Amino acid sequence: MLDVKDINVYYGAIHALKGLSFYVNEGEIVSLIGANGAGKTTAMHTISGLLRSKTGDILFMGDSIAAAEPHKIVRLGLAQVPEGRRVFSGMTVQENLEMGAFVRNDGRKVEKDLEMVFTRFPRLKERRRQRAGTLSGGEQQMLAIGRALMSRPKMLLLDEPSMGLSPILVNEIFDCIQEVNKSGTTILLVEQNAKMALSISHRAYVLETGKIIIEGKSSELLDNEKVKRAYLGG
Amino acid sequence: MEFIEQVLNGLGQGSIFALVALGYSMVYGIVQLINFAHGDIIMVGGYTAFVTFITFGMPLWLAVIISILVCAAVGLIIERVAYHRLIVHNAARISLLITALGVSIFLQNLFMLIFGAEPKHISTLFPMETIKLGNTELSSNTILNIVVSVIMMIGLQLLVNKTKIGKAMQASSEDAGAAKLMGINTNQVVAFTFMVGSALAAVGAILYCNTYSQIKPTMGNFLGLKAFVAAVLGGIGSIPGAMLGGYIIGIADSLTKAYVSSTLNDAVVFGILILMLSVKPTGIMGGDRREKV
Repeated sequence: MLDVKDINVYYGAIHALKGLSFYVNEGEIVSLIGANGAGKTTAMHTISGLLRSKTGDILFMGDSIAAAEPHKIVRLGLAQVPEGRRVFSGMTVQENLEMGAFVRNDGRKVEKDLEMVFTRFPRLKERRRQRAGTLSGGEQQMLAIGRALMSRPKMLLLDEPSMGLSPILVNEIFDCIQEVNKSGTTILLVEQNAKMALSISHRAYVLETGKIIIEGKSSELLDNEKVKRAYLGG
Repeated sequence: MEFIEQVLNGLGQGSIFALVALGYSMVYGIVQLINFAHGDIIMVGGYTAFVTFITFGMPLWLAVIISILVCAAVGLIIERVAYHRLIVHNAARISLLITALGVSIFLQNLFMLIFGAEPKHISTLFPMETIKLGNTELSSNTILNIVVSVIMMIGLQLLVNKTKIGKAMQASSEDAGAAKLMGINTNQVVAFTFMVGSALAAVGAILYCNTYSQIKPTMGNFLGLKAFVAAVLGGIGSIPGAMLGGYIIGIADSLTKAYVSSTLNDAVVFGILILMLSVKPTGIMGGDRREKV
């Protein structure tokens, strides 16, 4: 479904992604794990069109999106929940969700999807008229995920959804990610919390200073000595 | 009742500042650019009104519509030609600022070449009458200015809060990156913002011509600067703030001329700004991010 081929991304003189290649099949949850600064977020931004690769190509459902504008990529069905949630703090919860449906013109179905998000996250329903900036971190993460779902994506990119959340909330968010996947959305998950990411994903890639160093089934990576030592704390 | 008259005159004058201040504020909210060419858009609007209404003798309504369209188009062209690439490539703010000054100088000199440097007289556009309210006398122009500016602000608030493009403006001003991830074409939003701001400046230009009956190529300097002060005073990025700032500047200007000295008005206006910046640098309505467009 998503095929990233040999991308090189620079920030000025810094070479952030060095010939990165990986793929995600339809229906999968794939995680991209690695330490801070490994290039995970850079990869996500490049897929969404916020950054550009100097080489290679990115294919989404067979079409190249390497040169597409970010807003066009969303229209193709590839949505992102950005790192740090980045909800519109001045807008209400409901307005945020409506922004997620910006690319859609089917008002009635948007209403239905709004209810669907509220069913998935009842706490957002309680706070629908509240400004997003007043929500807790966990609620903001739910809002960010709900907002991305409002565009009815075929594939969802999630950047560090566990960041700054308590273990209970992390479990809740990861349960939700699995549910979203089961209802038919392909997922690419970027995480520092390698254990959680590997426990829910089908396959995984380990990223180190802009390059993939290990790849395989998540269940196998959980037993991989190198991964254990470097990323699983033991 | 001279005091009330002076306050109302100030409000009338301030309405023009307010309309121009809205443009500064909106553009700043979206691209963090102080568009110093914005004052010159008024000048463009003034000359368009002059050419259509006086030179070609068009009916007033047509002259007004053409002025608004011309200013919106000029605003769009300035954004596309001068700022667009700088914005897309995240150029330093100082580059944008210097470009804005360049555009301003260009426009002034262009109009000086076409129309000459000497002021043009433009007869009163709308019939002027004196209206008596008890002991208070005021001109119909003052009321027209106030009413038009209030209508424009309400319209702008509705646009920003109730329409899809308005919501896109809010989202882009709060977090352009996140807005892009929502599928918002932020380039279009920026262009639209420049057009709306310039159209409001055209309305300000019409009111200016009607009030002062005179235009010249450098008129944007003084008007733009005062409107900019109004935008900062009210809290740059805030729509109600820009309006409030415009009214305050207008009233301060008018009262100083009437009671202190007719030459100290600018000193008072900038004094208020300095005072405001030292007490609350974000301006009266600033810091509240709700209306940050």
